Amino acid sequence: MGVSPVRLLMGHAGNIMFATALNSRRPGAKARLATLSASSLQNKTARPPEDEIALIERVCAGEKQLFYELICPYERSVYIAAYSVLQNEADAEDAAQEAFLKAFDHLSSFRREAKFSTWLIQIAVNQARMKRRKDRKSLYDSIDQPQEDEAGDYFPRDFADWREIPSEALQRNELRCALQKAIASLEPKYREVFVMRDIQQLNIAETAAALRITEASVKTRLLRARLQMRDALAPGIDGAWNIRDGNWKKVRPW
Amino acid sequence: MSVIEISCVDVWRELSNYIDGAVDPELRRRMEEHFKGCEHCSAILDGTRNVIRLVGDGRAFDLPAGFSDRLKKRLQEKLES
Repeated sequence: MGVSPVRLLMGHAGNIMFATALNSRRPGAKARLATLSASSLQNKTARPPEDEIALIERVCAGEKQLFYELICPYERSVYIAAYSVLQNEADAEDAAQEAFLKAFDHLSSFRREAKFSTWLIQIAVNQARMKRRKDRKSLYDSIDQPQEDEAGDYFPRDFADWREIPSEALQRNELRCALQKAIASLEPKYREVFVMRDIQQLNIAETAAALRITEASVKTRLLRARLQMRDALAPGIDGAWNIRDGNWKKVRPW
Repeated sequence: MSVIEISCVDVWRELSNYIDGAVDPELRRRMEEHFKGCEHCSAILDGTRNVIRLVGDGRAFDLPAGFSDRLKKRLQEKLES
């Protein structure tokens, strides 16, 4: 990772600073965020698709030992997909392993029109859901998906100005904890969509395919999930961030 | 050019689609116009973008230590069986 451009906004070393301005619009802010997104750490595979297809064909033709090489770039995606359903490391790892074994057994049925990564994620979600169902007799009832339709509009709870991310917070464990806690606080149906779309960075159609729901449902649930995540993570909430006095305030537009 | 005004609630309904670039040009114009004049909605927009950026940078979840080794072992057992 290169030097984060957001560092330019930082104050004294060791202090977390929101370069904030409730009353002044700074046109540079969005450009900086865009730059940061481009330098994201998301570990996308650099393998050309034709190489992947060639690998799949070789495994199907009998070179079974190449299977790990084939799935290696997707270990994280498959694990995170399972984790989004199960919310538990050990169970998610187990479901991820089962998903890879299943993929190995059914590799010849992989349809080339889908992305291999989406296919794997779809299997992982299935395995994780089966596991969740199986474990219901223990304490998992509460995380099973409610069947009702999407609820009505979700209104943001908080209007804290949060134009910049405190760059130092990005390096800290606290941030990871805050993110995980916020993600865990979402209802399963919102959490799964959020994880597929915004963490795994699948597009709307791929998310719909991975979760076997309609694209319209993906969009509705994604909106709710994103707004709830913002509410959960907006500065000052749950003490997740250190905010200097006066750098943010809660207001209501009505 | 005059743009038909849009309410905060309508902006929130379309916020996620707006971020994904999935609103039609007419609605996009109306929303952009709204953001210029509404500090609350622009704060929500920026905050929501920040959330997406934070979780999208890959730091929210790590693979458990030893994950790859255990997976390789399990695949190896499968191959040998």
